[in-house]
Amino acid sequence: MMDFITKLLAATIAMGTSLTYATLGEIYTEKTGILNLGMEGTMLMGALTAFATAYNTGSLFLGLAGAIVIGAIFSAIHAFLSITMRANQVVSGLSITMFGTGLANFLGQRLGPQTNNFNLVGMNLQSKFNNIAIPGLHKIPVIGAFFDVSLLTYALYLIIPFAWFYMYKTKYGLAIRSVGEAPRTASAMGLNVARIRYLYTIIGGMFAGLGGACLSLSFTPSWNDNMTGGKGWIVIALVIFATWNPGKAVLGTLVFGGITSLQFSLQAAGFRMVIPSQFLGFSPYLITFLTLSILTIANQKRKSLFSAPSALGTSFAIDEK
Amino acid sequence: MNQTQSAEPIVRMENISKRFPGVIANESVDLTLMQGEVLALLGENGAGKSTLMNMLAGLYRPDSGSIHIRGTHANIQSPQDSMALGIGMVHQEFMLVGNMTVAENIVLGMKDLPFVPDIDSINARIIELSDRYGLKVDPQAVIHDLSVGEQQRVEILKLVYRGADILILDEPTAVLTPGESHELNNIVKIMLSEGKSAIFITHKMDEVIEFSDKVQVLRRGKTVNICNTADVTPKDLANMMVGRDVLFSLDRCPYNPGGVKLKVEQVTVNNPLGGRPLLDDVSLEIHRGEILGIAGVAGNGQQQLAEVITGLVRCDRGNIYIDGMDKTNNTPLSFIKAGVSHIPADRGAMGIVGDMSVGENLAMKKYRTKEISKGVVIKKNFLRMFADKLIDTFSIKTPDQGTSVKYLSGGNIQKTILAREIDSCGGILIAVYPSRGLDVGATEAVRQNIIAQRDQGNAVLLVSEELEELQMVADRIAVMFEGKIMGTRNVKDTNTEELGLMMAGAVSRGA
Amino acid sequence: MMRFIIEKRTTKSKYSVFIVPLVSFAISLLLGAIVLAASKANPFAAYKAMFEGSFGNIRRIQYTLREAMPLLMCGLAVGIAFKLKFWNIGAEGQYVSGAIGFTWVVQFWTFLPPVLLLPVGLLMGIIAGGLWAGVPGTLKAQWGVDETLTTLMLNYVAIGYAEYLYIDHWKAPFGNMGTPKFPDAAILPSVWGRVHAGVFFALALVVILWFILYKTRWGFELNMIGKNPKAARYQGVSIKKNIIMAMLFSGAIAGLAGAIHTSAVAQKLTTGVNGNYGFTGIIIAWMGGLNPFGSIIVAIVMAALSTGAGQLQIALKLPEAMGAVLQGLVLLPLLAGSLFNEYHLRVIKKGAE
Repeated sequence: MMDFITKLLAATIAMGTSLTYATLGEIYTEKTGILNLGMEGTMLMGALTAFATAYNTGSLFLGLAGAIVIGAIFSAIHAFLSITMRANQVVSGLSITMFGTGLANFLGQRLGPQTNNFNLVGMNLQSKFNNIAIPGLHKIPVIGAFFDVSLLTYALYLIIPFAWFYMYKTKYGLAIRSVGEAPRTASAMGLNVARIRYLYTIIGGMFAGLGGACLSLSFTPSWNDNMTGGKGWIVIALVIFATWNPGKAVLGTLVFGGITSLQFSLQAAGFRMVIPSQFLGFSPYLITFLTLSILTIANQKRKSLFSAPSALGTSFAIDEK
Repeated sequence: MNQTQSAEPIVRMENISKRFPGVIANESVDLTLMQGEVLALLGENGAGKSTLMNMLAGLYRPDSGSIHIRGTHANIQSPQDSMALGIGMVHQEFMLVGNMTVAENIVLGMKDLPFVPDIDSINARIIELSDRYGLKVDPQAVIHDLSVGEQQRVEILKLVYRGADILILDEPTAVLTPGESHELNNIVKIMLSEGKSAIFITHKMDEVIEFSDKVQVLRRGKTVNICNTADVTPKDLANMMVGRDVLFSLDRCPYNPGGVKLKVEQVTVNNPLGGRPLLDDVSLEIHRGEILGIAGVAGNGQQQLAEVITGLVRCDRGNIYIDGMDKTNNTPLSFIKAGVSHIPADRGAMGIVGDMSVGENLAMKKYRTKEISKGVVIKKNFLRMFADKLIDTFSIKTPDQGTSVKYLSGGNIQKTILAREIDSCGGILIAVYPSRGLDVGATEAVRQNIIAQRDQGNAVLLVSEELEELQMVADRIAVMFEGKIMGTRNVKDTNTEELGLMMAGAVSRGA
Repeated sequence: MMRFIIEKRTTKSKYSVFIVPLVSFAISLLLGAIVLAASKANPFAAYKAMFEGSFGNIRRIQYTLREAMPLLMCGLAVGIAFKLKFWNIGAEGQYVSGAIGFTWVVQFWTFLPPVLLLPVGLLMGIIAGGLWAGVPGTLKAQWGVDETLTTLMLNYVAIGYAEYLYIDHWKAPFGNMGTPKFPDAAILPSVWGRVHAGVFFALALVVILWFILYKTRWGFELNMIGKNPKAARYQGVSIKKNIIMAMLFSGAIAGLAGAIHTSAVAQKLTTGVNGNYGFTGIIIAWMGGLNPFGSIIVAIVMAALSTGAGQLQIALKLPEAMGAVLQGLVLLPLLAGSLFNEYHLRVIKKGAE
């Protein structure tokens, strides 16, 4: 039993790594008031870029770099449309997802070796981000799983606390929070709202790209059409579930990642337990839906319960009323 | 009052003029403020007080004239420039981020803030300042948990923390309780004793008398008078603020009111943000064939009164009767069906749908009726005819009834609203600032129309900022101040002086 | 030194309505050509192949039209919500709910005479879709719960539930994936080769929606709410009631689309039930300018991009995914361009202030 739990935890952590990177990124983006529904497309492009680059150059780190750059580019497009062109953020994000998904699938069949008809599907990398076990610690039952993870996950152990610290303890985090909550006030106090939104939307995209790279370079070191399989949407749900707090992002990731891993194990084993595996599959979305609804309704009385940035999804212009 | 007076004024505004499209906000205004002094800027809405101070605060730039701070010429291009000169302004609408703490709001955007702000030392400094000036605020409290009075104190602390020693307060007691107002006065007094100076904008007499050393009265963008507060009486100030008695009135039928059409009984509307109620135990009656004018400086509950009578705002206590039937807290549609027409104060935001055509806007009251629809279908040709008729009758200048109404001039937009509401009036007309921003001709037309409605036997509620207009048009006048009715008089039985006093909060001699 | 300022317009541009979409479409094709060229393909050959793939012969035209139908209907469904500025991105889920509803009737209401299966099934699809949209609609109308996120989440609940049904609960005892195939009485008949009777529903809906939005009192009120809710309320229009009704209607249309497509094409509930029509519908609604007739053209273009892409694979050995790339690309320049409907560019030379 313990063994099963430990294995489940390991799988959860591995998948959760990818989700956590992307969630952290989207939290920062949304905290400034920009809703980026292009997550799914950006993550997939990140996964593809990482894999294609790593495959064609042999370097995993170049693969990561490529994913980060692509993530930045895609989110920059969204930022440009949403901020400068004041377009509808929902439609812009969805278009980018559609474009990114299509482009990733397309390129996945063009950047491979000639021998395989240029197809990257089914190709293998020379190396992947293997798990590195910390001697001693990794033998502890259950918790030990946290000490036998890939470099990408170890990096998160530092990044997550820093992301929380940056948001709540530094002057830049202060600026971010004010921009997403009351852009007019922030602007009157001398902050450049547009610049801050651009910056963190692009950073958010970089993290999304990284999240995708985690999938193709570590979790399942391969490329497949649509390999993110909707994780980008789970990320959007995770941001809400974490109430836009980077510190809480891990919580949701573990819970939802755990549910997904459980679902896979059950499906693989052909089990049909009390709860069918598909129910587990959509439970993150259902839970988020209920959480969001209940919190908003309860929020009618007490303002501080719910912390969606008030200016989320709206556009802001200095010269307008 | 304190004795530190240097020869040079700390603020000198010379010959300031400012124009906005269609309106002269300030004309050749001079203003002097000595160090350690409190100056009250008194005037009605539109007198130019806020515009003048916004120029000091860097939000507008004067068209002509100059500003000198501490003897040196100042070129104020932005709020940051103004802050750098030690000027700080607390606006009527607070600039605070609701879900952040007091401390976070105070240091937000400060240039020399370290990467990781030292919260402890910031808190300590805030507490030190708050003790010094009696500002009583907890640095770690979250803004939306604070009362309006406390939030105002945070705004003041924000300025002081950043080194402001010239404070501008815009209608500071607008939403405070009397107790909070006294506290504010004490705070300002302490600041003065330390060498700071203050200007505050107001339309309230008791504030002027209690708080200020000097008072400058503005009217229609010009300075009327500048005097020491000790040397004037409320009556003098009221006269200066509001002007002379009106000498003529418009053509109308003799005043012969019918029965009570609309009755407002002890209506109270609380302020959701706390503070004093927006409407405080208000009672009034309007008869058929009568115009009841509501006088008072804008922001004293007039808008809420209009919205409660049209179903747009709920009242927390009291009742509203139309033709004897209880319509309290009914839906807007119910009031419309009861015959209420409403010309709203906020014409752009509420009175029209900018992206729809002039014709459609004209039809918005009557589109449910046979004049425009047949069953569920809106007949375009009916609508066109209906619209063209109104455009003609009310002389609305528009290329076509199909043009989007947002492209019309302000005056023509108001005419559109007027046309629609008057045409569909079923017994009660509520007009709030109907001639605001209109030229002389249009204003004439508005007034004639309102009188015509009254002559036809409708009940009219006319809210206006201009006493002259009310004296010309209304049969009776009720004055509102801080959400209360200070007094109701027949137009013939009162004068500008008495009305002005009531508008500025002086106690009435019996309602 | 020059500065650019983006300013609100004071007069309506006559040209923006036509020029902006055309120019954007041209730019999208250009961008697509760049992608093609960068992956060592000939853009002209590719576009030619796509055109042939979607309109090359009668059968292909039929296929394109058949694919355009659910796209059009989802576009209409989303469009009516968007008119109210209600961001219904749950058309996918509402579509799937319709498919589920239809399947439920056909598979389990065995007491019905066969001739009633189809109409009752479609009706159930309408009801299911409507309810699925009515829930987030009510949450928004009554308590202000943000609709973008609720409708989005509910998509995956519906899709996941459908998966449970066709893999597990309602699975056909033998054979591959999915529920048992629908009896012939429950399958929408074809009217022209691959084009099935759903085309009547689709076109009828276009007319109905156009009529409602442009001719009726309800449409007038919806217009008011979308353009200025404050003014609408002031005129006595009930915002709450209208949001809920519009959402029920929106979901119903999407549900009907799901029921029709499942009946006529898939002919059982199985994987791929959603087919991305809901999301693409959002793009169609936006591009069609929220005008029902405009949506027809856009739906056909989008369908063509999708069906034409198949030909890319066959003729040029290029990945089919290019279709999705173009679909996504189509909207981006338009989004940028729509700025010019409300604003124009002004150049200010420094010192001229």
